[in-house]
Amino acid sequence: MMERENGNRFVMPAVVMLSLVTIYPLLSVLYLSLHRRLPIFDVSKFTRLDNYRFLLTDDRFWNALRNTVYFAATSVTLELLFGLGIALLLNRSFRLKGVVTALVLIPWAVPTVVSARMWEWMYNTDFGILNYLLGMKINWLGSPFWAMNAAVFMDVWKTMPFVVILLLAGLKMIPREIYQAARIDGAGAWPIFMKITLPLLMPVILVVLILRTLDALRIFDAVYVLTGGGPANTTETLSIYAYKVLFQTLQFGYGSTLSVVIFLCIGSLSILYLRLLRAEGSR
Amino acid sequence: MKRAVFYLMIACVVLWSAGPLLWQFATSLKPDAELTRLPPILPPEPTLDHYRALFTDTTFLRIIANSAIVSSCSTALSLAIGALAAFGLAELNVSAKRFVLLFVLSASMFPPIATVSPLYLIIRGLGLRDTWWALIVTYTSFSLPLSVWIMTNFFRQIPDELYRAARVDGCGPFQAFIRIMLPLAAPGVVTTAILVFIFSWNEFLFALTFTATAKSRTIPVAIALFPGLHEIPWGDIAAASVVVTIPLIILVFAFQRLIIEGLTAGAVKG
Repeated sequence: MMERENGNRFVMPAVVMLSLVTIYPLLSVLYLSLHRRLPIFDVSKFTRLDNYRFLLTDDRFWNALRNTVYFAATSVTLELLFGLGIALLLNRSFRLKGVVTALVLIPWAVPTVVSARMWEWMYNTDFGILNYLLGMKINWLGSPFWAMNAAVFMDVWKTMPFVVILLLAGLKMIPREIYQAARIDGAGAWPIFMKITLPLLMPVILVVLILRTLDALRIFDAVYVLTGGGPANTTETLSIYAYKVLFQTLQFGYGSTLSVVIFLCIGSLSILYLRLLRAEGSR
Repeated sequence: MKRAVFYLMIACVVLWSAGPLLWQFATSLKPDAELTRLPPILPPEPTLDHYRALFTDTTFLRIIANSAIVSSCSTALSLAIGALAAFGLAELNVSAKRFVLLFVLSASMFPPIATVSPLYLIIRGLGLRDTWWALIVTYTSFSLPLSVWIMTNFFRQIPDELYRAARVDGCGPFQAFIRIMLPLAAPGVVTTAILVFIFSWNEFLFALTFTATAKSRTIPVAIALFPGLHEIPWGDIAAASVVVTIPLIILVFAFQRLIIEGLTAGAVKG
């Protein structure tokens, strides 16, 4: 049998480019996070862990962390609940199923910025269709209570298709014979769902849960365009705060510290996800 | 009866998915004076004024061209580099293969905000700020995990014998890749191309940071920063939204099955 050739040179360009946008920035951010760096004033000073110490007492950071966790928890929960419902609907056979599935997929393809501006217009207090349909005058984006939830609804609209697609793929992997056997035994729809569908779907649900949480914790563009973090920082997420520190106040040192913290949060969750995938693969 | 409830629920799902876009479309057809009037929901006298305003605005045309060029170049580069890597990982001996695969997978989870400032400093240092290249290189790199991942899965499905036969017939590995393997993996290549194109077309954070003027600005940034002197021009924004979303809707309807396969492969297959 012929020996396999070495394929390193095929893989090399991809590895180099990926390192350039991951490993290098990570090292650079770690380095910068130990500095006080204000490029416009030509200030660059090594300050050891000062930035990290400041972070611990920075109310705006804790506020952003709370907002991010709230955003991720509520949007991912809603997406999973409704996404599962829609996936169960689409798993049946009916007329025009292809068209309906494509329509369900559309919000996923809509640019995030377009979706944000679209919802901004729908949320408009005076002329928005939402208040018109509800017959109310809610100041969706101007009130601290509603603004964050308005951002959550928008995100649910935009990303639920992804959840539906993955859950639908999971549902298709459940063998039909199991359902037939259960029905012959006289099991009702609800027990079948609880005892068969849900447990067999659990691995996929877990994967979706972690992937979506990873995404939601990184949330930037949708909320940044919808509210800019306001009113009064009530929708300011970690990424938005870091972005403002980096590119509006140009504090590259402290901004990098925030980036490192975001990286650590996402990183630990990613490790969990990779473990899960490996456990799946070895089964 | 049960059937009726089922179709009612499907109707609700469709309305939820398509409703906001339809409302945006209706808005784009309303003259400015009508925008602040509800009802009617649908414009009584639809007008194409907002579209006319867009397409006679050279800045907007330039921005669409920027987006098209950046997205196509990123897609082409990501496919080329990604396919090479995927072929190597699927068919050849690669040192530390497990580690490379793990690296590719974890790179896909990198939070962009953690990388944007160092990349900004490099790009500024190289004098590439406000150019297409800044975005092309960034999008190519950030879409590589997706490209490599999906195409590796596709290459693995191709029977090994085909590659070996090509080699026995005297093809070098590179020739075998171009002539035999790549055509066979065509569905994977198309799937990847669609997903990478949509990613590049929609990306906002890097585009916002690396561009400064209409010279390189892409559509999402333009829509986010839509100029408004006194009030937000909702009609123009709606028209622009419709224009940039139509290509994506066409892609979704034309390649629904491939997109679904790609999304699933990108997420679940280990």
